[in-house]
Amino acid sequence: MSDHDHHGDGVSRRRVLECMTWAGTGVLWTITGGVPRSLGIVDSALAAEPAGMTFLQISDSHVGFDKPANPNALGTLEEAINKINAMPKKPSFMIHTGDITHLSKAKEFDDADRIISQAKLDVHYVPGEHDFIDEEVKLYKERYGRGTKGAGWYSFDAGGVHFVGLVNVVDLKGGGLGNLGNEQLEWLENDLKGRSKSTPVVLFAHIPLWTVYPQWGWGTEDGARALEYVKGFGSVTVLNGHIHQVMQKVEGNVTFHTARSTAFPQPAPGSAPSPGPMKVEDSKLRSLLGVASINFKQNNQPLAIIDTPLQG
Amino acid sequence: MSSINRRDFGIAVVATMLLPIATARAEDVAVHIDNFVFEPAQLTVKVGQTVTWTNRDDIPHTVVCAGKFRSKTMDTDGTFSFTFAAPGEYKYFCSLHPHMTGTVKVE
Repeated sequence: MSDHDHHGDGVSRRRVLECMTWAGTGVLWTITGGVPRSLGIVDSALAAEPAGMTFLQISDSHVGFDKPANPNALGTLEEAINKINAMPKKPSFMIHTGDITHLSKAKEFDDADRIISQAKLDVHYVPGEHDFIDEEVKLYKERYGRGTKGAGWYSFDAGGVHFVGLVNVVDLKGGGLGNLGNEQLEWLENDLKGRSKSTPVVLFAHIPLWTVYPQWGWGTEDGARALEYVKGFGSVTVLNGHIHQVMQKVEGNVTFHTARSTAFPQPAPGSAPSPGPMKVEDSKLRSLLGVASINFKQNNQPLAIIDTPLQG
Repeated sequence: MSSINRRDFGIAVVATMLLPIATARAEDVAVHIDNFVFEPAQLTVKVGQTVTWTNRDDIPHTVVCAGKFRSKTMDTDGTFSFTFAAPGEYKYFCSLHPHMTGTVKVE
């Protein structure tokens, strides 16, 4: 990419896509008036003390995964938590966008909790499809379902921002994508009703709510209905996981962002025969795993997302 | 890819060796999951035949046919077998990755 500056008359879709690629190496993003601008690479961005509320997103820990793409997914989760503990400014809390475990085993949930709790932060979870595959489909809900509705959706407010955790990994239909379902969508509509349109809204869910690559199931069948309900809000941020790579898109006042996994990378859409775990050289693995830090300034803007790999 | 081919070859050799003493098993039909794809995705069998799915991916999969059969989650090298007792067209999918679909036609 030859030009990282986004000045002048707005940003073309193509330019945004170019920056998405660049974001893979770690970029501080700031959104002013719906126009994304990259401010610099991670190190210089981190040097500037963030004002306002900061929270973290981690995703796709896949605790229990032990295949060649990363024989020690618990170890890299611990590295991510150590990275978080070393941050100069303690974040307000953390969200985890699902696939905490690989096979929904009790030990996997226990191990994940033991490591993640070392960050000493409140963690707001949503489930991934890998968290619902125990025989009775009860382990996730026993641990993280308290106070949630349906399969585990809920909302909360923090720092003047309204957060909504959505579940799009249950009741999936053959040939389809992620699924929110009527009950959840009706709840969402009611949850947002009557809120001031100046309230920043963050929607987070495991599978991308936008259509990234339907051939690999990377999208949500009825995601557009959820996005319909946030139309009119001045600042909307959609945070997802599932695809194990950084991807970002801006449409109007909505910023879409997917986080890296802490366990293993997956290939770029269509660049491999399947979305399965991508085996890379050991020396390269940690540059493809990581965490995201999201910063809200008090006047709601600019919003900044910093993706930090475990290793540059 | 070459390792899969080697494994296919290995399975073929074992199957050939077993053939004389296990002719009943010759009726069984295998479906492999490689790279998030059921192979073969379209299959025609006779009533009474058993189909066995084997997951060769590094990611777990399932086989679900609404109202007919539902496998447990199959981790790598996990298998699931179902014997088709009635004719019909059985469309199935992976409940974790629903873009993965297949059909068994039973005659």
